[in-house]
Amino acid sequence: MLKVTGIQKGIVIDHIAKGNGIKIFEKLNLAKVNYPVVLLINVSSQKLGQKDIIKIQDNVDIDFTMLGLIDPKATVNIIEDEKIVSKMSLEIPKEVTGLFQCKNPRCVTSVDDYAVPKFTRVENGKIQYRCNYCEELTEYKL
Amino acid sequence: MNQTVKHLVDPNDFTVEEINQVIDLGLKIHSNPAQYARLCEGKILGTLFYEPSTRTRLSFESAMLRLGGQVLGFSDANTSAVKKGESLADTVRVLDDYCDALVMRHPMEGAPKLASEYSTVPVINGGDGGHQHPTQTLTDLISIKYYKGHISNLKIAICGDLLFGRTVHSLLKTLSRFENITFYLISPPELKIPKHLKDYLLDTYDVSISEFTDLEDCIEEADILYMTRIQKERFLNEEEYMRLKDSYILTRDKLSEAKSDLMVLHPLPRVNEIHYDVDRDPRAKYFEQAAFGVYVRMALISILLEVADHA
Repeated sequence: MLKVTGIQKGIVIDHIAKGNGIKIFEKLNLAKVNYPVVLLINVSSQKLGQKDIIKIQDNVDIDFTMLGLIDPKATVNIIEDEKIVSKMSLEIPKEVTGLFQCKNPRCVTSVDDYAVPKFTRVENGKIQYRCNYCEELTEYKL
Repeated sequence: MNQTVKHLVDPNDFTVEEINQVIDLGLKIHSNPAQYARLCEGKILGTLFYEPSTRTRLSFESAMLRLGGQVLGFSDANTSAVKKGESLADTVRVLDDYCDALVMRHPMEGAPKLASEYSTVPVINGGDGGHQHPTQTLTDLISIKYYKGHISNLKIAICGDLLFGRTVHSLLKTLSRFENITFYLISPPELKIPKHLKDYLLDTYDVSISEFTDLEDCIEEADILYMTRIQKERFLNEEEYMRLKDSYILTRDKLSEAKSDLMVLHPLPRVNEIHYDVDRDPRAKYFEQAAFGVYVRMALISILLEVADHA
């Protein structure tokens, strides 16, 4: 059995749905950081059957909005001295800035570098966001 | 962003009360324009037209000149620094020092909102792509108020290009906030209002929306018939435009089924969606509507420049 030790200080993102671990890894640009990061995939889980886990050593400053967008059911544990000092549950963000593009090709955000795409979530049962500039709805997909 | 400056980039930037203030002032100016002729002396309106315009630009210029103010700007982006690659934010941050308010037309949707985030003076949306045109809506509403006496309890048929027609989008978004409004939306299936807008209106307001493909199916019920042009410039495919351009042509014959006090409105320019013989029908009010555009823009400028009380 593969064994990965705990971390001294940092973040453990647990209960990531199987397959989302690599997506979070890529979206958070974790391949380019200079602190230790572990990505575990297909880990046995009582709750999920199989799950992914990401452990990040020495850094707690990550984009939780992005995390909530990709996998709102994941949990985040903040670690200090090898102990969990706080647990955070994620939620699908209501406001999103700059994380994805508006789908409307006529939107000003598609041509102007000053216009950072900003969205507000629409409460319609889907993960859809209304562009704050052109009002078009964009469904977030990885 | 300067959050204390009042802009009009989206119809919802003004409350219903503020919209009524603009309309009521516009009607006062209409009845006695001389009283307001020096209201904007010493003030400059910047006109940033990145896309062609006749009525909107000239009615804004006329409005400012009739208020005693002055105008400067461009009506062709090719003759401005934009041609050299200047960003909208940079243009606005320079021109807001030259002017007391800016009116902007732009082909990209949301451009006036972006401008408002960088401007220290009021920004007025003079039409952004197929998105919104709030000052045309003020023009529509002042016409309705003048002829009907109220902007509530109305059945409004809107016919033509409801997908790309920005005047339609602003009118729907604004009228939905008034009491007891029923919309009959007539368009080819390809040019229905954007789904996101329809969902927004139904989710947000207590408004009734029925959709039709034949004008004859609802014309007899309507208090107002708002005809619109098929927006050739928004089509990516010329063939599609040619197929749809004559979808609706209003004639005097068709009006025979309509109420005697119907108002026929059109934001203009028309192409051939209203036959010239309708012009002689007393229910045709689109030229009067265009004239009201100057008075309501005079009111809007006065209010945004905070000089309305000085008359």
